[in-house]
Amino acid sequence: MSERQMSGAEMVLAALADNGVDTIFGYPGGAVLPIYDAMFQQNRIRHVLVRQEGGAVHAAEGYARSTGRVGAVLVTSGPGATNAVTGLLDAQMDSIPLVCITGQVPTHLIGNDAFQEADTTGITRPCTKHNYLVKDIEKLAETLHEAFHVARNGRPGPVLIDLPKDVQFATGTYRGPEAFEFSYRPPNEPDEAAIAEAVALMAKAERPLFYTGGGVVNSGPEAATALTELVRLTGIPCTSTLMGLGAFPASDPQFLGMLGMHGTYEANLATHGCDLLICVGARFDDRVTGKVSAFSPGSTKIHIDIDASSINKNVRIDLPVVGDAGLALKAMLKLWKDARHGSRAEPLKPWWKQIDTWRAVDCLAYEKGDPVIKPQYALERLREALKGRDDVYITTEVGQHQMWAAQFLPFEKPNHWMTSGGLGTMGYGLPAAVGVQMAHPEATVIDVAGEASILMNIQEMSTAVQYRLPVKIFILNNKWMGMVRQWQELLHGGRYSESYTAALPDFVKLAEAFGGRGLRATTVDELDGAIRDMLETPGPVILDVAVDETEMCFPMIPGGAAHNEIMLRRQDQHETDPAAREEGMVLV
Amino acid sequence: MTDSDKIERHTLAVLVVNEPGVLARVIGLFSGRGYNIESLTVAEVERDTGLSRITLVTSGTQMIIAQIKAQLERLVPIRRVRDLTEEGPFVGRELALVKVIGQENTKRGDVLRIAEGFGARIIDSSESSFVFEVTESTERVDQFLAMMAGHGRLEVARTGIVALSRGPDSI
Repeated sequence: MSERQMSGAEMVLAALADNGVDTIFGYPGGAVLPIYDAMFQQNRIRHVLVRQEGGAVHAAEGYARSTGRVGAVLVTSGPGATNAVTGLLDAQMDSIPLVCITGQVPTHLIGNDAFQEADTTGITRPCTKHNYLVKDIEKLAETLHEAFHVARNGRPGPVLIDLPKDVQFATGTYRGPEAFEFSYRPPNEPDEAAIAEAVALMAKAERPLFYTGGGVVNSGPEAATALTELVRLTGIPCTSTLMGLGAFPASDPQFLGMLGMHGTYEANLATHGCDLLICVGARFDDRVTGKVSAFSPGSTKIHIDIDASSINKNVRIDLPVVGDAGLALKAMLKLWKDARHGSRAEPLKPWWKQIDTWRAVDCLAYEKGDPVIKPQYALERLREALKGRDDVYITTEVGQHQMWAAQFLPFEKPNHWMTSGGLGTMGYGLPAAVGVQMAHPEATVIDVAGEASILMNIQEMSTAVQYRLPVKIFILNNKWMGMVRQWQELLHGGRYSESYTAALPDFVKLAEAFGGRGLRATTVDELDGAIRDMLETPGPVILDVAVDETEMCFPMIPGGAAHNEIMLRRQDQHETDPAAREEGMVLV
Repeated sequence: MTDSDKIERHTLAVLVVNEPGVLARVIGLFSGRGYNIESLTVAEVERDTGLSRITLVTSGTQMIIAQIKAQLERLVPIRRVRDLTEEGPFVGRELALVKVIGQENTKRGDVLRIAEGFGARIIDSSESSFVFEVTESTERVDQFLAMMAGHGRLEVARTGIVALSRGPDSI
């Protein structure tokens, strides 16, 4: 690769292109004008103008999560950077690779409280995987390439480059990524002996269970393929975290559904009762474990994770395997085949019999309403309407609707489900859908939303209209912050403090005001027609579905409780120990 | 209480790339995750490669100590993390500057005898004060201070420890 002289602004665009970026999400401002000027004079990078910088980061997350590539963001200094902070932390928590470029005031003004100055690297240090302030034009090319290297290698995450305006104007030498060697080399290859030990444990366990997470999705489609093959070959049941949905096909009889706070009865009781827990690319977070001291008490635990710091963080692990989930799964598959272990369907029969009795509880059952639409029913009808469509991407906001979406929608393939898992960011779903649809213009992209969450980034509807992105916003409108209401009912004596939204907009008119289409369904009769209309409309649509205002999301493991204390319905709350409820109340 | 719940004190040696913000990253990791720092020293040790060495004394259960090491290793500018406490014998020293300000009952002879016993050097003196330099293990510095405390008013500046493993092995 030859060296070229160019401005810092041009280097940014050259480095983006050289790292495979074709789309960048951003918002201009004083401190990034040179980059926007350079952008105007090229056509390799397509820019998507969002309506608020937070939207840019979530859009880049949606883009990254649905393509497996690094998402790119460009925002200005000061408020541009601070608006991006939530998205950066969201990406950090959910291990989404991003490169975010922020403008900064000129080098000589840094520290002077200049107009739109913020200590961006200081503010974002704990919410990025790594960040840089580049003051020297001769270091810019290397830093840009290193940012991509760091974002995508090891446990992926967001990387930020803060770029003072004078460095954007300065001229320096540009070299391509192949000209540099980077010292950041996290371990990738799992230890062979550990893999062999894991396979040996799997071959003799009586009640084994796979517990898989977002790491399988992050590792790439091959990891999901290897997981699917391994689970089917061994005959071992499989559950998944919220972030891992789609890595193993949900329609497979060996899939027990999601585990954790709003996971299925069978998944949680299997986790509680297994004798071998094989965790692949998940991190035993508190939404999964519930009460840590009572989590899966009788099991030997294998933990495969690319991030050594995830191992033994919350739960004591018997067999740690540090490495890429895909490489580990492939190695396990090979070893399993070489050892001719074959299917364990026969010895696992009693275990499956037990699981089937848990399944028979039918934990996702709900009372059908008429004419009132139950939110679960709305999602079941959506699922029905989506049958036969091949390329369906679902994003969500955060709350009850998110959990119902995880419970009721089908997840057959990895990278088709975008949700804010770790940070739980309301307002994630619409901009994420914008990012997904930019990457997959022909696909069906649906943001399953609540009426409260959607208002947090509703301005991105304008982006969807501008770029003719036919995203479908499916609002389960119960007029309440449903999950807040649910906790207030269960833990705060039904004192519904500030969780009711008294002055909601007319979402149909709102959609129309943005230049999209608005639809409404208020009764069971109207639902199917409205869903059909939504899916058949070529442009962006908001479908406002009026649902039962007081429905609660079950199953639920209350905060501080163990998996076997799972609640299946409202009445179950009275059976829990009051002391445990006190303890659980302080948890979030 | 099992062994795994016991609070242990560990001395870590950390090689980092000497770039802006690296110390903030390390300290931010400790404050953000609620780990203890008992002492921390940092200085550049390899000028040509731009590496600095941080010696860090921390405490926690075995699980926490393992977490701290894994979290440190995850930081991009960190090159190596060694747990000197776990990996075998090591020598640790800290430097203390101790000003002993004479009171009515202070006897110069007593002060000087204690200093001699600890190998402390006098680096400043006046009619009513001494400044001693003592380079010792943390425990010995503590002892020195405890003994001096009875012989005057003290003002103390300590570096926190720097440490190396014993024998020919290097980081």
